[in-house]
This record gives sequence, structure tokens and C-alpha cells, in this order.
Amino acid sequence: MTYRKLPTKSGTLLTSLVWGCAGLIVCVSVAMLADILMSGVSQINWAFLTQPPSDSGRSGGIGPILVSTLLILFVCLCAVIPIGLGGAILLAEYLPSASALGRSFRATLEILSSIPSIVFGLFGNILFCDLLGLKFSILSGGLTLACMVLPIFIRSTEQSLQSISNTYRHGGAALGMNKTEVIFQILAPAALPGVTVGLLIGVGRALAETAALIFTSGYVDRMPSSLLDSGRSLSIHIYDLSMNVTGGDANAYATAFILIVLIVLINCFTVAMKDLWMRQRGDIECL
Amino acid sequence: MSPLSRNGATTLSFFVCGMTCVFIMLMMLLFIFDQSYGFLTSVGVERVFTDKAWIPDSGFYNFIPMMIGTLLVSVGAILIAAPIGLGVAIFCNFYGGGRAARFFEQLLALLAGVPSVVYGLWGLMAVTPIIYKVKPPGASLLAGILILALMIIPTVGIIAKESIRRVPSSLINGAAALGLPREKIIFYVVLPSARAGLYAAVTLALGRALGETMAVLMVTGNVVRIPTSIFDPIRTLAANIALEMAYAADVHRSALFASGLALMFLVIALVMMSSLFNPKEVMRDIS
Repeated sequence: MTYRKLPTKSGTLLTSLVWGCAGLIVCVSVAMLADILMSGVSQINWAFLTQPPSDSGRSGGIGPILVSTLLILFVCLCAVIPIGLGGAILLAEYLPSASALGRSFRATLEILSSIPSIVFGLFGNILFCDLLGLKFSILSGGLTLACMVLPIFIRSTEQSLQSISNTYRHGGAALGMNKTEVIFQILAPAALPGVTVGLLIGVGRALAETAALIFTSGYVDRMPSSLLDSGRSLSIHIYDLSMNVTGGDANAYATAFILIVLIVLINCFTVAMKDLWMRQRGDIECL
Repeated sequence: MSPLSRNGATTLSFFVCGMTCVFIMLMMLLFIFDQSYGFLTSVGVERVFTDKAWIPDSGFYNFIPMMIGTLLVSVGAILIAAPIGLGVAIFCNFYGGGRAARFFEQLLALLAGVPSVVYGLWGLMAVTPIIYKVKPPGASLLAGILILALMIIPTVGIIAKESIRRVPSSLINGAAALGLPREKIIFYVVLPSARAGLYAAVTLALGRALGETMAVLMVTGNVVRIPTSIFDPIRTLAANIALEMAYAADVHRSALFASGLALMFLVIALVMMSSLFNPKEVMRDIS
């Protein structure tokens, strides 16, 4: 982010408006995050993290819900990583954006990534729950999320592949490598930080998702015994506690606390990765 | 594209991975259309507008109140979020200084990553009680607008910030050399040349607002009625799907899929519109 100093003296009205907007955002977001973190933190202890919920979530912990969330995430990543990497390599290395196929492919990704999550929920419900007979299960929830995360992951992986200087590719060719070898042995390691950033963004999106999961992974808050069991994610737990369970507010706040901490951690990690990526690219340019 | 020799099998596998996305998109259109077909033939589009009310159990399917609710809440949120997001974008580029700009970058990324249920939870616990004090019932169109605006400000802010950053320095320096004051530079030089990106920011944010489900569902009261004031409860199309999918059957279920289909087409149309403004490089940078 570069900041540009405007050389002439500033007017007062616009200055105060712009500072007002910025201040407003800071105040509201601090108020929101502080409210949730302060109300949630008092409930957090080891028992809360490990114990199963009781009395439909009013008391007890979120142990099984954490496990279900991680399993859903795991299923999602298992599907997204191989398919997404393949798709991104196809886009970056085989389909230049000028070609008709490349253009329509990119347009599809753009549309897919902006379709409302509730529509993904409907889709996952028919395809995975009904048609493939997976019922309400962690597997169908994870796969539905994978459909949502895939375009995001492909986009950012493609970007990091494209940002690699062509000298790498030419160097590989000069050594007599074929295209596959260049991709796996030269481009893949160089793109790794960028791919990680894409993956983290996808994980964040998947953790935050609720609407797509209600009709695919279900509401059951027991400890899942297999991937075919229904499992409740953290976000659905918050929704259920705050809307359908009277007196579940305290635990809803506590669960929101956990979710926000996870999101903040992922954000910090993303920033660190981005910095690493930039520095690496800087090194390349120095060469 | 490059002079490297290719390997058939790996090329094919990349191609399969890439085509998965196109396949998902096509399947989604196909399945959701297939599920809504029953509603479209047995009830028809016309009765969506002419039926006396939304009573799916007795076979009345008037979507008008929900369409109006969706539209009002989205447009209201855009009217609040667009100026504030733009203000933040201007602040980051010209007012705040490097450190503040970097801080805002992190803050907007964090706000964009906060799960919608968490916004909903905060809206339910903190915003609706305040509105209740002004005028009951609290859960209302106004609450929906405020929470949704908070949710889409990061979208508007990030894209607007990026497109303002891309305004060439030569334009700004030229304007400054002519002795224009700061606000004239911003209003007559910077904003007009960044307008493609700004339009795209608003259309994309509108698409996000139309499809948002959980946060809106939690704070708007979900009464199917055309609101007469900003303090009346409303129900949006997406919220309707989330609320009724659990028990809907036959034509009712098909009606919900039809509303999902309509929502999907609406968002696709918005995405296509935003790509008409052609801020290609901006789009690539933010996704």
C-alpha cells in the first residue's frame, strides 16, 4: 500500500469527512470485536473446549463441534488442494488469458466465486445429500464448501504462478526439462508462499461459512464417529444458540470468541506469508 | 505459450482439474433449474406477483414482500456503505499516512473475514436492543441495513482503495502543478479516473448484499410483510430459503429453489455488469 502525499494544502470539509469515515469504521469495528471478545472470554477454559454441549448448548462445551468443524475443513481441503492446484496450473501455464477458452474459464470462476452461499447450500443439498446419498454428513458439508472455496483458491494460486518471472521457465527449458518438470520442480517451489496465502484465505472463508452448511452438514451436536455422520460447525452452533435456544447467549458469545480468534490467527499468518512472498519476489528481481 | 515440450498425461489431468469448476457451475444451474421446474410449471411466474400472500401450505406463493424486503435492505446498505467505503479508500490513499494506511488494510481484511453469523450475533445482542428503545420491535429493516452496511464496507473499501491507488501519479502531479487544492484534485482528477473500479466496487458489494443470508436473517425479524417504515420487520429471499428449507416439501420446496435460481441469476447479472466496467486488473488484485 503506497501512500501519496498531495502537495497542496487541504480543505477542511473533505478532510473532516474523510477522517470521520475512517474514525467511524475503527470505532464500530472495535466496539463489535471488543463486545464479542469481552463477553466471550470469561467462558473460555479447557473444559469448554473439550466437553460436549449439554441442555441443547446452554451449558457444557464445544468439544464435538470443534472436531466436526475441523473434519469439515479437512474434507474441504482434501478436495480443494489437488483440484485447485491442477486448475491453477492449467490457467497459468496452458491457457493464456487472451485465448477464448482461457477467457471463458476465468469468467466462470468469477461468477462461481460470487454466487450466494445459500445457493451453494441448495446445490450441495441436492447433489451430495440426495443424489449421491451422503445424507446430512460432514462429507457433504465439506464437499459443498470445497465447491465454494475452489474458485478463490484457483484465482490466488494462478496469480502467484503468473507472478513468477519467465526467466525461471526459460532457465528450465535451457536445461532440457520438459514442461511437466518445469512446473513441478521449478515453478511449484517458487509459488509455494502464494499458494499458502490462497489456501489460508480459503480456510478463512470455509470457517466463516454458515448458510451453505445448514442443509448439508446438519445440526447434530454429538461427537461424529465417521465422516458420514452429521456434524455441526462452529458457525452453525453460534446461529443455533442465538436464534433457536433461549438462554444460549453466553455460550454463543464464547463460541464466537473462538471463531474470531481462529480467523485472526489465519489473518496474521496470511500477512506473514504475503510478506515472505514479497521478499522472495524482491530477491528474484535483485538477481 | 512457451517452447517447452508437453507431456500428454499431465496436461490432461490439469485439464480435468480445471474443467471441474466449469462442471460445478453447469451442474449447479442444471440441478437448481431442475428442482424449480415443478414450481415454474405448476404455479408459474405470474402467480409469484398476483397471489394474495405467502402461505405455501395452502398453495399461495406471493414473493413480492420478500423481493421488496431484499431490495430495500440491500439498497439501504449500499447507500450507507458506498460513501463510507469511499471515504476510507480516500483516507488510506491521501490522508492517513503510510502507517495508518497499512493499519486500515489489515482492519478491512479482518472485517471482510469476520463470519456473517458473528455480525448477526452482534446485531442481535447489541444493535436491535438500541433500536428497540427507539421503536419496538427492534428486529427490523433498519437493523438489517446497518449490519449489512457494516459487512459490505470492507468490500467497497478494499476495491475502491485499490482502484484509487492505480490512478497514475502523473495525473495527480499534473493537477497539483496547476495549483488545484486537495479536494479539487480528489473530486475532479482522482475519482473520475478511478470510476470504473468504483462502479465495480458498488456492484460487487450489491451482489454480496443480495445474497447475504445469516446476518440478515438474525436481525430483521423475518415477518413476510411489505414494510411501511424502517422500523418494521422484513424477510429477505435468502433468509426465506434458510428458514423454510428444513420442512418444505413438493411445490413449496420447488418454490424455494426457484427463488434461489432467481437470486443466482440476479447476482450473475451484477457480476457481468461489473465486468462491463472493465476494471480487469483491479479484479485480479482483490480476489
